[in-house]
Amino acid sequence: MARDTLTGSRIRERRSIAGFRQADLARKVGISASYLNLIEHNRRRIGGKLLVNIADVLGVEPSMLSEGAEAALIATLREAAADAGPVAAETDRAEEFAGRFPGWAEVLAAAHRRIASLERTVETLSDRLAHDPHLAASLHEVLSTAAAIRSTASILAEPGDIEPEWRDRFHRNLNEDSLRLADSSKSLVRYLDETEDGDDRRVAPIEEVEALVAARGYHFPELEAGAEVEAVVDAASELSSWAARHIARGVLSRYATDARSMPATEMTAALAQLGLDPMGLAQRFGVDLQAVFRRLAAMPPAVVGCEVGLVVCDAAGSLLFRKAIRGFPLPRFGAPCPLWPVFAALSRPTVPNLRRVMQQGRDGAEFDCLSLAHPVAPPDFSRDPLYQATMLITPAGSVQSTPDLAPEPVGSTCRVCPRAGCRARREPSILKEGF
Amino acid sequence: MRRHVMLIEDEPNITEAIRFLLTRDGWTVDSHSDGTDAVEVVAAAMPDLVILDVMLPGKSGMEILRDLRDRPELSNLPILMLTARGQSRDRDMAENAGVSRFMTKPFSNAEVLDAVRDLAAAAKAAQQDT
Repeated sequence: MARDTLTGSRIRERRSIAGFRQADLARKVGISASYLNLIEHNRRRIGGKLLVNIADVLGVEPSMLSEGAEAALIATLREAAADAGPVAAETDRAEEFAGRFPGWAEVLAAAHRRIASLERTVETLSDRLAHDPHLAASLHEVLSTAAAIRSTASILAEPGDIEPEWRDRFHRNLNEDSLRLADSSKSLVRYLDETEDGDDRRVAPIEEVEALVAARGYHFPELEAGAEVEAVVDAASELSSWAARHIARGVLSRYATDARSMPATEMTAALAQLGLDPMGLAQRFGVDLQAVFRRLAAMPPAVVGCEVGLVVCDAAGSLLFRKAIRGFPLPRFGAPCPLWPVFAALSRPTVPNLRRVMQQGRDGAEFDCLSLAHPVAPPDFSRDPLYQATMLITPAGSVQSTPDLAPEPVGSTCRVCPRAGCRARREPSILKEGF
Repeated sequence: MRRHVMLIEDEPNITEAIRFLLTRDGWTVDSHSDGTDAVEVVAAAMPDLVILDVMLPGKSGMEILRDLRDRPELSNLPILMLTARGQSRDRDMAENAGVSRFMTKPFSNAEVLDAVRDLAAAAKAAQQDT
């Protein structure tokens, strides 16, 4: 039933909330109870002055009666129904439900949003517990110290005398262990707090680099203006280790090269003229397709016309660079989904690959992934070629002249992917097995 | 004759506490803190019982357990495993590899003593049966 035909249902709901009998409301607005009954059962259309009068008596805006619940609420109810699995909700009556029971509908929608939020938390924590070496080591440290303290304290608490030499030693151990426990607990709490704040502790040099580029919105105006890479690296407080600075030099040097080949002003003009057409842009600037992918990921979304993500991986599947796009989660720990087109590109080097994918999960967002595997060094008769692959991730349909493709389902990483019967699965999903 | 336990544990204060408890209980306690050569150390000492931590430098307790069980002369040696990882899959893994008893940290002294005594008694009974 269409939303605008449910005005009567909403009047009935609001009348009940206001505590009026049908006859009372009918009398107050000067119509018969039987006519109001027809209206409330959506068998008579209502509008104009009568609607305004009823709204006035019920103490609501007329639009509350005529427009009912927000579209977002109805969309959330449909989403909740879709996620309910085998339970068959009357999705075709979601608007009627929201109109007649706005309070209950809001409760259901809020519960659904809460479940989604908790599922995301579980995914993150599980991913972290399963693959975060820093967390595993920290927890081990805390538990081992607790074990030492418990054992030692129990010995000291036992009745009877302990030789002074042992007693002194255990007191000293207790003191050492309590200090160690305090330090390791604080470190653990700090680590988890930083995670909650969204400022993840960087456990690997590449993560320090990712933090740097993410903090700058993947765009470095100083490099666009011709600044030296070394100066940017030196000024970056995110880079604490030698290894991180080394990786950052590589990433930012490529950025600077791309910026010189495709200056921001000219890139902006080319995008305005060609739209999001990576092949056309590569021809326009005389550069490799992977350079265009990188450059697009470095340009502000307003210039590109949409948000884009980027993944660069080596032939072993390790992610060397990640720029996430909403709805296409890139795992922080653990290997990504082997069904990502970037990995298929590695099996056909130098052949551009365009695939439409649909991410698993509640949003089921679709993306067009443009991938290319490319050699990282000039040809050499004495060595096998070494490849990297670059994948530009764009919202489905945003790339110029994209054919209508059937989406292929992909995930983030097996552990948090609910897809059943996947030929690429490496390990069971916690979403199926329970947490 | 005093019974002999080999404690493979890299946490010195746990080692000290267990050493005290078991010495008082009539055991001779030797300890070793590095996983790399732990199998050789155990094989050379031929103790009556091994207490083995899982997370050790050099080589994990799980690998050491498998290697010990691969040696015929050590295949029946009672091994009590201590770990901060108490997940069921770790326990399953240890049991599949032939652990005699699995205990998660932080443990109580009474639990450790009971486990050591039980394992020693079971090993002695098995020896008498053969």
